[in-house]
Amino acid sequence: MSAILTKLLLVTPDWVRSLTGERQPNVFWAEYVVWPLIQIVIVLFVILTLVAYLVYLERKVSAFMQARLGPMRVGPWGLLQPAADGLKLLLKEDIIPLKADKTVFVIAPIISVVAALVVLSVIPWGAAWATIANVNIGLLFVLAVSSVSVLGLVLAGWSSNSKYSLLGALRSSAQMVSYEIAMGLSIIGALMFARTLSMSGIVEAQQSDGIWYAFFQPAGFLLYMISALGETNRAPFDLPEAESELVAGYHTEYSGFRWALFFMAEYAAMIVTASVAVTLFLGGWSFPGLSLIQDRTIFVLVSIVVFAAKVFALIYAYMWFRWTWPRYRYDQLMELGWKWMIPAGLANIVLTGVWYVLALPESAGGLFGFMQAAPGQIDGRLVPTTAGKLYFVVTGFIISIPIMWVLLATINRRSRDFNLQEQRQLQMQLRRERLEKSASAQEADGTP
Amino acid sequence: MIQMMAILLQAQSRPPAAQSDAPIFGYIPIIIFFLIAVLLPVVLLGVSRLLHRRVFEREKLMPYECGIDPIGDARERFSVRFYIVAMLFLVFDVEVVFLFPWAVIYDKLALFGLVEMLIFIGILVVGYYYAWRKGALEWA
Amino acid sequence: MEKALFIIIAVIAVAAALNVLIQRNPLYSALSLIGTMAALSVLYVMLRAQFIAAVQIVVYAGAILVLFIFVIMLLNAPKQQLQIDKQKGLRYLAIPLAGLLLAEAFYVVWRVQDIAMPVVKEGEEAVGTTWSVGVALFTHYLLPFQVAGVLLLMALIGAVVLARREGDK
Repeated sequence: MSAILTKLLLVTPDWVRSLTGERQPNVFWAEYVVWPLIQIVIVLFVILTLVAYLVYLERKVSAFMQARLGPMRVGPWGLLQPAADGLKLLLKEDIIPLKADKTVFVIAPIISVVAALVVLSVIPWGAAWATIANVNIGLLFVLAVSSVSVLGLVLAGWSSNSKYSLLGALRSSAQMVSYEIAMGLSIIGALMFARTLSMSGIVEAQQSDGIWYAFFQPAGFLLYMISALGETNRAPFDLPEAESELVAGYHTEYSGFRWALFFMAEYAAMIVTASVAVTLFLGGWSFPGLSLIQDRTIFVLVSIVVFAAKVFALIYAYMWFRWTWPRYRYDQLMELGWKWMIPAGLANIVLTGVWYVLALPESAGGLFGFMQAAPGQIDGRLVPTTAGKLYFVVTGFIISIPIMWVLLATINRRSRDFNLQEQRQLQMQLRRERLEKSASAQEADGTP
Repeated sequence: MIQMMAILLQAQSRPPAAQSDAPIFGYIPIIIFFLIAVLLPVVLLGVSRLLHRRVFEREKLMPYECGIDPIGDARERFSVRFYIVAMLFLVFDVEVVFLFPWAVIYDKLALFGLVEMLIFIGILVVGYYYAWRKGALEWA
Repeated sequence: MEKALFIIIAVIAVAAALNVLIQRNPLYSALSLIGTMAALSVLYVMLRAQFIAAVQIVVYAGAILVLFIFVIMLLNAPKQQLQIDKQKGLRYLAIPLAGLLLAEAFYVVWRVQDIAMPVVKEGEEAVGTTWSVGVALFTHYLLPFQVAGVLLLMALIGAVVLARREGDK
């Protein structure tokens, strides 16, 4: 039995070998087909379950923030709610509007969900074998494929032949492309320290530097988080689905499981942006003291848990933001994206470049020599010394102060409409004026 | 079974970085993932198609417009602003793409790279300033 | 293995490209173009140009296609269904030009067999990675890189000028 299984799964079948003439057929088959297949099935299963439970989590978090209980009926504490929702969506009627462009209408959600899911293949979920594909251009691949998901939204909105859908699609695509630039600019700073685009390589670089790049690049991290909110259409940038004006945005006309696909894509994109943030700025799966674990398998499993915990912390922050901040107006959103985020991103890159050159050793054209070639590093990779770490953290925060100040000032200026203190004072001032007016009118009348 | 485990363990005990012996093989899992990711929604939609009940009704097939009969066609012309945003995005996207290889080899280029990139960014900032002055970034 | 994969991907690329031409609805053409771009990027990966493969998707599938679709939607194209003025003269010009292009393609295919392929040595696995692209771009090809910057500036100014409406300040 096991011999047959081995032959079927792990050894390249004869006909494949005759076609390809591989030198080491069985290792190739196991390493590049069967083993990734197992990983892919596990990752997809876990992520799709997670997506369902994120919806539950979102409902619970919002409920607790509003002093409610949230879903409680299905199962204990409503824990089976996602399963019930999924089943309901599967059984729902799938309506295609009469005047819709049927082909595009059908393809659009599939583009969206495929673009959101394929990215999961390069994310380093944990140490060693917990990465499906460790490619040299991992980070660029993530950006590339997630930029394709814009097309899904535009096509969905256009094909529905509904005004709300079209407006929602246009808004969301313009918003996503605007914040994509800011996102690209925000990660350059961290890449200057990592010196690789491979996702696992970035995690390893942070390990060998002995610090998370969020400390070197606080401004980059902040910009990344803001643009990730814009990119995933989350509140306070959830304009495309502003329910008070656009019903449901680009998926207004979608129903049943087709709609569920968009939902899936949205939450998968949330997981992806959070994972990229964790990989790039928060040290990925590494954690101080993790290397004390001797057993290889347990080490990898713990590293996966660490990664998941960091991702969940960021996703919780997303949900927190959603129930804390009011929604932006569209012109404010675009202004923030184009007039603040892009200059801030460019300034961060240039200033980081200046600090970096100053910190290089004199032989490499620098001044301070805070970067030294450490033993055990391949191809003379420079690693910051302890003084160098301190220097980069201090300069990083010095850069981030004006950037954060400007951003917060903008946000504050933008939220003046919601400033209750100011509104109350305005009301009181108006009332005072009205009283004075009536008093002066009475005086003019001459009546007591 | 043991043999199978042995081969699998042999595959997984190699660190991902060691896959550089044949860089393109590292992309095979991505292609497999892509195929599965396409298959998944198609299968789910198929299952849904088998399970769901269909009731045909004309009203249901109309685009939603808050209960009123739709007025006019939805595929109206829209603001040229979206078009400007798409074009500006294209330019800046290419710029960001140039920045990636620069960041990766920045420690080797050092001061030379900094000056190089200052010139490049400087040229684009001129264009950015022009777009700002001409009101291409305004949304009103 | 590589050959089989190449043939499959190449067939997909060519079929999608043909579909771009055949479709009457420009939006379907644009959709088909995504397929071509994706197949091309796989081909780039097979040529070990990994960085170019990713850039292909970022720039073409991500940015240019969004622009295409915006333009198609902006022009409200499906209603008008390609109302190009049929100019007879241009059509007659097109046939020799297409023939010239075809001849050129055949010439390249014929000549390419004589050219010695650059051999990737065992140690040089870094070819085509972000690192090697960066090294080439910022040392050997510095001037083209800066010229590309100027080109981007021109594109930016052109976009702003073209999109400005009458009566804008």
